[in-house]
Amino acid sequence: MSDNLVAAKVKVNSLSVAEMFAQKVEMFRRVLGKMLGFTGYTIQYCCIAHCAFEYVGQLVVCSGPSMEPTIINHDIILLEQLSRHLYKIEKGDVVIAKNPFDPHMNICKRVIGLEGDKILSSGPSDLFKTYTYVPRGHVWLEGDNLKNSSDSRAYGPIPYALIRGRACFKVSPPSVHLIGQKVFSRDPMTMAREIRCFMKPRKTLKDISLWPPERFGTLKESPTGRIIKTESASDLE
Amino acid sequence: MLKTGFIRCVCVCVCVCVCVCVEEMARRAGRRYLRAFVSGFFVAVPVTVTVLDRLAYVARVEGNSMQPFLNPDGVSDCDVVLLNRWRVRNFQVQRGDIVSMVSPRNPQQNIIKRVIALEGDFIRTLGHKNRYVRIPDGHVWIEGDHHGHSLDSNSFGPVSVGLLHGHASHIVWPPNRWQRICPSLPPHRGPLHLDTTEEEEG
Repeated sequence: MSDNLVAAKVKVNSLSVAEMFAQKVEMFRRVLGKMLGFTGYTIQYCCIAHCAFEYVGQLVVCSGPSMEPTIINHDIILLEQLSRHLYKIEKGDVVIAKNPFDPHMNICKRVIGLEGDKILSSGPSDLFKTYTYVPRGHVWLEGDNLKNSSDSRAYGPIPYALIRGRACFKVSPPSVHLIGQKVFSRDPMTMAREIRCFMKPRKTLKDISLWPPERFGTLKESPTGRIIKTESASDLE
Repeated sequence: MLKTGFIRCVCVCVCVCVCVCVEEMARRAGRRYLRAFVSGFFVAVPVTVTVLDRLAYVARVEGNSMQPFLNPDGVSDCDVVLLNRWRVRNFQVQRGDIVSMVSPRNPQQNIIKRVIALEGDFIRTLGHKNRYVRIPDGHVWIEGDHHGHSLDSNSFGPVSVGLLHGHASHIVWPPNRWQRICPSLPPHRGPLHLDTTEEEEG
């Protein structure tokens, strides 16, 4: 009788050990399944984020004085990539491009000329004006702050494929501005020229559409075959 | 010139979505095929696009600027190469690598050439306006193996490393030309060293 009891107890114990083992395996499989599912979702969302940043738009923070007064140090700008992929970057657009001398750095400049355009390449102090043509597949970039900008005047036109996106909105506290809305300078001569070339009625925020983007204050065509460069508004350093 | 076939890849992943959707339809009642298609779309398309942008790319080589290494038969049978995009994510290349870049003359076209010299090297050019050129920072000098039939740095000068698209690592088609591409400089085409008076031969 006691032998039977002992045998029964041993059998029950071994069963419970097997059951425990099975339970542990089941738990492990559940945890593994959940982890795999989590990894799958993470990969999927990372890929969606990559596609959004690469093909739609992203936010970047600008630093440096070369685009003042349009973009001041530490402004946040919204880049849109659709213009770049559809090859619809136009003259007057503010673009972010890879630095041709250091592909890990980016530069933020304005497009002054596209391929085939004539650019005034002599400085303001030269006696005779000289012109260059932008070669095929390249763009000529210049910062708005001409006195403090290292751009195509120093290193020549850059290939179009280095452009990473077009800036369409600028966010600097406390309000949102459109890129290209000029801050009028105090110099009356510059003001007169700007009013002649760039003046457009100021629109309210609800008139702004993101696509197709409005281009305020940009020069679509050169009136006399000479690119008019913007003068720096003030010496904001 | 490089035919990248991006449209073809997108079509492939749309087919994948359709297959997933059809499978779901067969399994379920059939009313939820729209939801299955949408969920398949949002999984397959971003993953495929990200893999093509970041990891690897397959492209057909057209033209004879890299003969005799690539496309030795000319027009009859074009080589297909595997481009490793992960390797160039930090813009690191070696002399002798075969790389694909966006053409500086035409941003809609990719070109595949060999890297001859890196930044800081001096190079003797073939047909460039200057006889000797120092490669500026952040630029490389690329040349096709078939001199004279190649639109490369001898025409448009050093190209910026930011235009790098991918590193050609393997030839995958035709099957009799399966091989791994090893970096090698062609003979007599290499950077000059000013501290020695002789030319470095590849």
